[in-house]
Amino acid sequence: MAETIALIDFGAGNLHSVHNALIATGATGVVVTADPDVVASADRIVLPGVGAFGACRDALVGINGMIAALEQRVRQNAVPFLGICVGMQLLADKGIEFGEHQGLGWIDGTVHAIEAPSADIKIPHMGWNDVSPTSGHDLLEAGEAYYLHGYHFDVTNTDDIFATTHHGMPLVSAVGRDNIVGVQFHPEKSQAYGLAFLKRFLEWKP
Amino acid sequence: MTVRIRVIPCLDVADGRVVKGVNFVDLVDAGDPVEQARAYDAAGADELCFLDIGASHEKRDTIIDVVRRTAEVCFMPVTVGGGVRTADDARALLMAGADKVAVNSAAVSRPEVVSDIAGRFGSQCMVASIDARQVEEGCWEIFTHGGRTPTGIDALEHAVRMAELGAGELLVTSMDRDGTRDGYDLALTRAIADTVSIPVVASGGVGNLDHMVDGVIKGGANAVLAASIFHFGQHSISDAHDALRAAGLLARHNN
Repeated sequence: MAETIALIDFGAGNLHSVHNALIATGATGVVVTADPDVVASADRIVLPGVGAFGACRDALVGINGMIAALEQRVRQNAVPFLGICVGMQLLADKGIEFGEHQGLGWIDGTVHAIEAPSADIKIPHMGWNDVSPTSGHDLLEAGEAYYLHGYHFDVTNTDDIFATTHHGMPLVSAVGRDNIVGVQFHPEKSQAYGLAFLKRFLEWKP
Repeated sequence: MTVRIRVIPCLDVADGRVVKGVNFVDLVDAGDPVEQARAYDAAGADELCFLDIGASHEKRDTIIDVVRRTAEVCFMPVTVGGGVRTADDARALLMAGADKVAVNSAAVSRPEVVSDIAGRFGSQCMVASIDARQVEEGCWEIFTHGGRTPTGIDALEHAVRMAELGAGELLVTSMDRDGTRDGYDLALTRAIADTVSIPVVASGGVGNLDHMVDGVIKGGANAVLAASIFHFGQHSISDAHDALRAAGLLARHNN
């Protein structure tokens, strides 16, 4: 039986692009959903997200029962989970962007603005940059992927960092633990590298 | 290493078809935008830009349909400009699969639209289009409506204001150079790039690969946009990446 892949719809701007990319990798069981019951029984879960941390968090929390469904299915039942961009940043304890907002708190750390160390480093971090794996994680191969963000995940425990990139200073490219992975780059916009990454996620057995 | 210099082919679209403008006059139909986008995706373009050049006067639904169909088959970042007047216009394009929206005329007449879009969807998707003509040495004026309408606004001041309002990128087009193939207005690009802390895309006037290299080294741009040298097969995206690398710049290696 085909797996059900729940792609969570909380109004994120990259929802349809992620959906298109998952389909392009050959996934057949993708369900775009705002239904906590679907999430609570899904075989894999993808959380997209772009824009402001607080707005994404509020939209996610605003779906009655969604956080509880995610806690149960990802944290207790340990199904594979992928967060993309702000969907990755939401794993943090908190985000500081137009005020301080609580995150899911699954990966220790704080999301805050990237501060350019010199005038030639432009913010947002926009464009293709390295994905440099630090931990030999199954999902992450060295390559170039597309980034588009002005805020970054300052991760507390270096063991939770799977890959880094560099833009004036080291920035976290991928985080995770056990069945959870989050990527700052946009696999749905990273051509062959991104589609190959999504395919690995769909086949991943953590 | 750090972020790569982006090479961005730009497709001018009117009524859902690609057109090529020379100084925004004498349009020649050059095909289906989705098929062209797919070709650039396969060629390893770093981003794609659609400029809906009929949009200030005509209806919006055609470009949204083009973006939606492009996002189904292309997995590269797409910026869409032309006729974006409100945050709801931006939302429709972003939800269709655009990653960034470029705002031009509306950002001149109603600059709050920039903070509206940045506030709702984030600065990372808010591109301010700066269309400028030189009025004297070291001084440029903003033009709107495809370069037809002078505004009396100083380009450098406008660029700073756009960044302050939350724009995440500036698309700087020299209306003097657009369509000429004489190269970017490097002084304009440099003046803006040195003043703002957000990325700058050089646009208008590319006739050869050296112009793209100059846009970065002399103009200080973070990305280089071009149309005709790619559209008519004069150079490939790989050629542009190779030229940037040969000049000691960081560019992506095509797959």
